Amino acid sequence: MTWRPRLADGTAPVLVVLVVLLVALAFAGPAYAEPAGYLALLKRAAPLMILAIGQYFVVVSGGYDLSVGSLVTAEVVIAARLVDGDDANTSWVIALLLGFGVLVGLVNGLITTKLLVPSFIVTLGVLLVLDGAVFLWTGGAPRGALSPSFRTFGRGGIDVPVLGQVPWSVLILLVVLVAAALFMRGGTGRTLLAVGDNDTAVRLAGGRVDRLRLIAFVLSGLLAALAAILLAGFAGVSAQVGNGLEFRAITAVVLGGVLLGGGRGSVVAAAAGALSLEALFSLLNLLGVSGALESAVQGLIIIAAVAYAARGTGLRRVLQPREPEPVTS
Amino acid sequence: MSVVRERTLRNASATRPRKFALTPTVTVYVALAVLLVVGSVLVALDGGVLLDQGGILNILTRSTVLGLVAVGQTIVIITGSLDLSVAYLVGLSSLVAAETMAGSGTMIVPGVLLALAVAAVVGLVNGLVITVLRANAFIATLGVALVLRGYLEHNYTGPAGSVPRSFQHLGYDRIGPIPVAALLMLLIAAGAWWYLRRTRGGYHMYAVGGDVDVARLSGVRTGRTIVTAHVLCSVAAGLAGVFLAARLGSGAPYVGTDAGYDLESIAAVVLGGAALAGGRGGVVGTVGGVLILATLDTVFDDLAVDPFFKDVVRGIVLIVAVALYARRQLSRRST
Amino acid sequence: MNVRLEGITKSFLGVTVLRGVDLELRAGEVHALVGENGAGKSTLLKVLAGVHRPDSGRILLDGKEVSFGTPRDAHAAGISIIHQEFNLLEHRSVAENVFLGREPVRRGQVDRRSMEAETRRLLDWLGVGTIDPATAVARLSVAQRQVVEIVKALSADAGVLAMDEPTAALADHEVELLYALVGRLRERGMAILYVSHRMREVFDLSRRITVLKDGAFVATSATGDITSDQLVRQMVGRPLEALYPERGNAAGDVRLALSAAGNGRVRDLTFEVRAGEIVGLAGLQGSGRSATARAIWGVEPFATGSVAVDGVPVRVDRPRTAVRAGIGYVTEDRKDEGLALRQSVKDNVLLVRRAALRGAAARRAADLTELLESVTVTARGPHQEVRYLSGGNQQKVVLGKWLAVEPRVLIVDEPTRGIDVGAKQAVYRLLRDLAGGGVAILMISSELPELIGMSDRILVMHEGAVAGELPAGASEEAVIRLATGHGIGDAA
Repeated sequence: MTWRPRLADGTAPVLVVLVVLLVALAFAGPAYAEPAGYLALLKRAAPLMILAIGQYFVVVSGGYDLSVGSLVTAEVVIAARLVDGDDANTSWVIALLLGFGVLVGLVNGLITTKLLVPSFIVTLGVLLVLDGAVFLWTGGAPRGALSPSFRTFGRGGIDVPVLGQVPWSVLILLVVLVAAALFMRGGTGRTLLAVGDNDTAVRLAGGRVDRLRLIAFVLSGLLAALAAILLAGFAGVSAQVGNGLEFRAITAVVLGGVLLGGGRGSVVAAAAGALSLEALFSLLNLLGVSGALESAVQGLIIIAAVAYAARGTGLRRVLQPREPEPVTS
Repeated sequence: MSVVRERTLRNASATRPRKFALTPTVTVYVALAVLLVVGSVLVALDGGVLLDQGGILNILTRSTVLGLVAVGQTIVIITGSLDLSVAYLVGLSSLVAAETMAGSGTMIVPGVLLALAVAAVVGLVNGLVITVLRANAFIATLGVALVLRGYLEHNYTGPAGSVPRSFQHLGYDRIGPIPVAALLMLLIAAGAWWYLRRTRGGYHMYAVGGDVDVARLSGVRTGRTIVTAHVLCSVAAGLAGVFLAARLGSGAPYVGTDAGYDLESIAAVVLGGAALAGGRGGVVGTVGGVLILATLDTVFDDLAVDPFFKDVVRGIVLIVAVALYARRQLSRRST
Repeated sequence: MNVRLEGITKSFLGVTVLRGVDLELRAGEVHALVGENGAGKSTLLKVLAGVHRPDSGRILLDGKEVSFGTPRDAHAAGISIIHQEFNLLEHRSVAENVFLGREPVRRGQVDRRSMEAETRRLLDWLGVGTIDPATAVARLSVAQRQVVEIVKALSADAGVLAMDEPTAALADHEVELLYALVGRLRERGMAILYVSHRMREVFDLSRRITVLKDGAFVATSATGDITSDQLVRQMVGRPLEALYPERGNAAGDVRLALSAAGNGRVRDLTFEVRAGEIVGLAGLQGSGRSATARAIWGVEPFATGSVAVDGVPVRVDRPRTAVRAGIGYVTEDRKDEGLALRQSVKDNVLLVRRAALRGAAARRAADLTELLESVTVTARGPHQEVRYLSGGNQQKVVLGKWLAVEPRVLIVDEPTRGIDVGAKQAVYRLLRDLAGGGVAILMISSELPELIGMSDRILVMHEGAVAGELPAGASEEAVIRLATGHGIGDAA
């Protein structure tokens, strides 16, 4: 059999949108005349793309993770407090942050799977808990500071021939993306998709549904921690750094054609959705749209994107009229 | 033949629902009662009184705004939808009301009506995006929320407009320990209860939330039902905004988002025993959920607990409550 | 009411699903509609129900042309459809379901009392007054839900009732109840369109039979004028050689052995299934057939007794351990339990392998292409989503899922439910080939002819225990006698 490139359902539109945005950027801003401009865009987008990849795992297995925004804030605040400006603390704090991300993911996943609470509610509860706990601990304002070595991951880069300086965050992003794509091609990833589609079938096939869901939440927590490390280095410490990121990550995933409720979509498309979102913000910036209207435009775009995707499936449904019809009637 | 029929159908008669079943709604009020007792004891140990006039006033006042938003949210959740735009809508309608009134007593009625009309239009947009464009409710209302946010951020930096003194009575008047506004909230909740439980429109909302395909094939106008639910939800949020304008004396763009009414209202509805998937739950439970959240707040205030601690407890209460409902459902299924 | 469908044509973007179909339903008559899956029966039903609008052709009600834009219009015209999947709201009461979309209103409020009274009246009229109109549907059995669907159609004062595979989920004795109900509706003057794959029902119930094939009208015949063989030939377009494949040779070693196994639903199960053998498990709905399968499979494990595979005792506490012990299970509920419908054929076939096995075990195992060929899935390649396949092909995918892990014991629960004759035959052949390859097969089916035709011996269950064993070729009567609690001895 000859190999043909196959795109997962719903992937094509986001790639088209992304290309259009990237081309538009080249026309709108001189900075995008050379690779450096796009590298800078990737660097800005890296945290959101990593968050979207994490969110993808949860969404595709049939859940939501609303806790990632407050988790990012918590991680950044904890980092500042523990590193306290000292380079000597960087490595163990990073390990601790990643561990904390895993822990929050475990809590989300265990409550969802063992206590049978819908993940929307669990992660909403964890969001409240994290928000409250972080401020309890800090007393309202973040204290401490990051160290230069900590910030390297979000800000610095290494020199590469031809491309010039490549940001660390872009390299990290690429590693995460490739790993995620390979994971989703493998048996565990395919089974995770099947869980989002029909968990009973997977359970009766001998699959460990709870464990797979747990893995999804842990990955989401871990990647949120990673995103927080990049974001802290890039943007600095503030108590608002994670505000609304959970919705932005879900938006990105949906923009990538991933079905809320699970069972369909590709992780690369989810990342592409995040990049499109960032490219859109950059474009709006270049076009001089006020920061305030930015969110309005974002709102319109996601509605349009999702409506378009819905039309797409409608079309496919009509194209494939074999009985039984895809909709359970 | 009749023997066979007997065998097949006999067990139905034994399954009539018990009258005093421990439904989620009952559980909520039992939990509320327990919370009031425990809270009273804790506050008493601290040397105060929880349920004195001030305490009751406090709980009811806190319940009013969240109650209005949550009653609306109940309607859409029962219909199988969700509304994430209510928080910005509360801010927007407070501004519309206050700016229209502009301190003039004669403009009270137009101000209120205009605010509610704007809210209804937002609900209509939510509903149409979901039904006509077939967007997922989560994304559709998130999108509308972002649009509202853009509008607010572009046009307002802080409070604007002002309500006449006479209108402020709505925010502060009370009968005994009971604020007038809380009574109005309960009245609206009662209206929503009647609508959901007694009218065809309400029946159809449960049907659409239970299974939209079944509803459609049975001849229910599903699109219209979903749109109606969203309009009702938005009008409830609009009322909350109008009340806040009366209370604050002016319109405030971020009054809804600062309080997190979007997620908080969903939390109250779920705490009240409704299924997020739709088709189950009710206004009575939601009001119980709202009262629990308000009582928690009041108890913590009386105990002078760090305000951030409240969020922590709230999150835990939410998870524990829903875990309990899930447990009961599970045990019922296995019997 | 009389209904005429004339020259109904329907295509979806170039693919013609119905071409010029004629159908006439007369008041007081049961009209059977048969045809293989994909023949267009469901689409025709949906045209009648107002779900699809025909591209051309006319619908005449009592001679007057009508046009349905939505299901609501069809309802208003007095047409009720009982679809294959139940159209009931689980958390609403019987009465609320019966009147859904047509709730009586008095002074602005839904008149619950009259709703319940009317529902009760109709239930009594049907002779099933034991169902309480205020009960939530979630508490009813499958047969009771079917009754609620019928009451729903009755209360709408429907002149036409179309039933799509109404017995697919019913046990034999429940089918009899349905027969009686259909009889009453017919006497009432209703025109009934009865879609079924089960030949016996078609011949028992209908006065006329219409056959569809590949979306086209083949013939309408009076039931008395046609034999079952002729009918099958019309459906398949070619004579079908013997439906059931030849039985295999002597059985081999004991593969699956149960000893005094029991749990809350079944008790004291002691039996063996040998390599190369197909053992049928018969019994009424609720007799413990499926409970036995699910216990062996670890969904609701045995509490007492023991299970051994190839002589090695295994403790199966969940499906995972069952798979690893070499047991496969084709569930009776293909859509809800068997398939991930949005995933591809390939991903579904590999599901068990990926989900339950690990490392070397997952990689070894049959070559996928060969596997797909052996189940002859006529899909557009292995990347097609399973939800677009016909029921028969979906069932082949479910079987393929188990073939991919090469089980030593295979339990199949209602393996041919809702699939057409051609696909049934393919499934029978596949099962027999598997047995020939040394797999021990335990087969559950509500269709007695199938069970008798396939099994090397039959275990009959009654009230949670094995009531007796019958040899190959036992009569239906003998099975029913055991299943209803009469011993082999006390023959009538």
